[in-house]
Amino acid sequence: MINKLVLENLRHRPVRAFLSILLIAVPVTLMLTLVGLSKGTLEDTARRAKGVGADIIVRPRGSSLIGLSSAPIPQGIVDMIAKEPHVTLATGTMTHPLGGLSSVAGVDLEKFNQMSGGFKYIQGGKFENPNDIIVDEYFARQNKVGVGGKLTVLNLDWRVCGVVEPGKLGRVFLPLAVLQDKTGNTGKLSQIYVKVDSPESIPKVIDALKAKLVDYPIYSMEELTSLISVSSVPLLEGFINVVVGVSIVISFSVVCLSMYMTVLQRTREIGILKSLGASRFYILDIILREAAIFGITGTVIGIGFSFATRLVIQRMVPGSLTQSIVPGWWPIAGMIALSASLLGAMYPGLRAALQDPIEALAYE
Amino acid sequence: MSDPPIIEVKDLKKVYRVGLVDVHALRGVNLKVARGEFLSVVGPSGSGKSTLFHIIGGLTPPSSGWVRVGDRDVSKMTDGERTNLRKTTVSFVFQKFNLLPNLTAGDNIAIARHIAGKESGRLDGFDQVLDVLGIKQRLGHKPSALSGGEQQRVAIARAIVNHPAILLADEPTGNLDTENSAQVLKVLRDVNERLGQTVLMITHNPEAAAYGHRTVHMRDGRIVE
Repeated sequence: MINKLVLENLRHRPVRAFLSILLIAVPVTLMLTLVGLSKGTLEDTARRAKGVGADIIVRPRGSSLIGLSSAPIPQGIVDMIAKEPHVTLATGTMTHPLGGLSSVAGVDLEKFNQMSGGFKYIQGGKFENPNDIIVDEYFARQNKVGVGGKLTVLNLDWRVCGVVEPGKLGRVFLPLAVLQDKTGNTGKLSQIYVKVDSPESIPKVIDALKAKLVDYPIYSMEELTSLISVSSVPLLEGFINVVVGVSIVISFSVVCLSMYMTVLQRTREIGILKSLGASRFYILDIILREAAIFGITGTVIGIGFSFATRLVIQRMVPGSLTQSIVPGWWPIAGMIALSASLLGAMYPGLRAALQDPIEALAYE
Repeated sequence: MSDPPIIEVKDLKKVYRVGLVDVHALRGVNLKVARGEFLSVVGPSGSGKSTLFHIIGGLTPPSSGWVRVGDRDVSKMTDGERTNLRKTTVSFVFQKFNLLPNLTAGDNIAIARHIAGKESGRLDGFDQVLDVLGIKQRLGHKPSALSGGEQQRVAIARAIVNHPAILLADEPTGNLDTENSAQVLKVLRDVNERLGQTVLMITHNPEAAAYGHRTVHMRDGRIVE
């Protein structure tokens, strides 16, 4: 019966109910989108790192796990590594930021193809001219370019010679020497990828390289990809916590305001219920159930919205951002929205429960 | 030996604080109501009739004096005990009907059952009561689709659905035309006669008051005759 009363009350004020639910859905969407972006981008980074096909990565001294570095590794180290026992292939790449989350990778295409199994071209092919550039499918879609199209990178015009399937190292590729030359990093690398003869050799080679390349972070690719997580990105976890906090405040405030208005509008009805013998708990129960409906429905709609934001991101900026759907966060977001809603309804609910029945019945 | 009165009020006083002014709504009321009696209470506005009903019905405590309903002293009850009194022993019919606007007539009656913690199913014999009230075919409608007379009859059905010992009707015909007033008064008398419920009715109308077994007059917070 209480549920019927609550649902009828919501149906009676559909605009207020809709707005309240929408305003809870928005912070839920914010939470799920941010978490999805964090996870999606990191998973994509790990996927592309794995796509290189290497067993070991050598990063510059003092670099963080996944941050973009400049090119401080002398290129000569590649040859030194290639001569190590069990090493079958070593190739250096250079990564240069393009602004935002984008970067351009300089690769020795022949060696890179040997290591990764080669680019899969959707259109065009490998570098033919000095101003050729290769992009992946997402970057091409985001920038609306195809083979033969012009692209401005590093304030220079390039001709797209190939569009490749995504999943290998980066999204934009130039010949290593060209990128080194255009960025003033001749003879310098950002990282070195190493392939060894068998998985059993990986620890041995890492030990050997660590002995020779003191202070260089050297990881197996397995280790690198397992370490790529929200906690490995400076400030990301804190940022997510801030968004969660803001979401709690918004949900709490929305429900508090909405239920406060409800209690005011339904003062007389509360008086009627009290005259019928409804206890304080009965009145509070009605208010809290209404808030719970706001919280639960807002969560469900927020989850739906997170699919919509992923679709928008896929359409608008597929080359820059990747959003995952993270079902593990649905109950977390739901609990946050529900708790905030119930807390927000507590004050107006108690106010209603404690209302004097005679004053309430006299309310016009 | 006669039965003890179902309601007994002794030297009942109620003072409201309105801003900085004390308003003496009741100035020492004494009253006895026999079980099964239909009592009409008449008097001008501000004479304390509604306040007396609110105290007897447990909506508000008295400032001083003594009120016994059944075998319980209302004046010493906690808020929770007064809530329980309204749930089990006393029910109200108001001038403005006071139906929940978002529920149908049927649900307005059912919620009184739910609040009382009883089954939501129909009561034995309640169909006949609905027939007498003439609202059986109107239970699926919301109050806004009902006439004033129908709304008041739904309010009466809601008030008696849990078989309370006492029905307090505060100007039940105050918002009704003559025809509907007569219907409602007949229903109240039926309820009193058929179900044996004690009915106290506030009215300004002498014709309405005549439906009761006895009439008491109030003025300036006291019963004057």
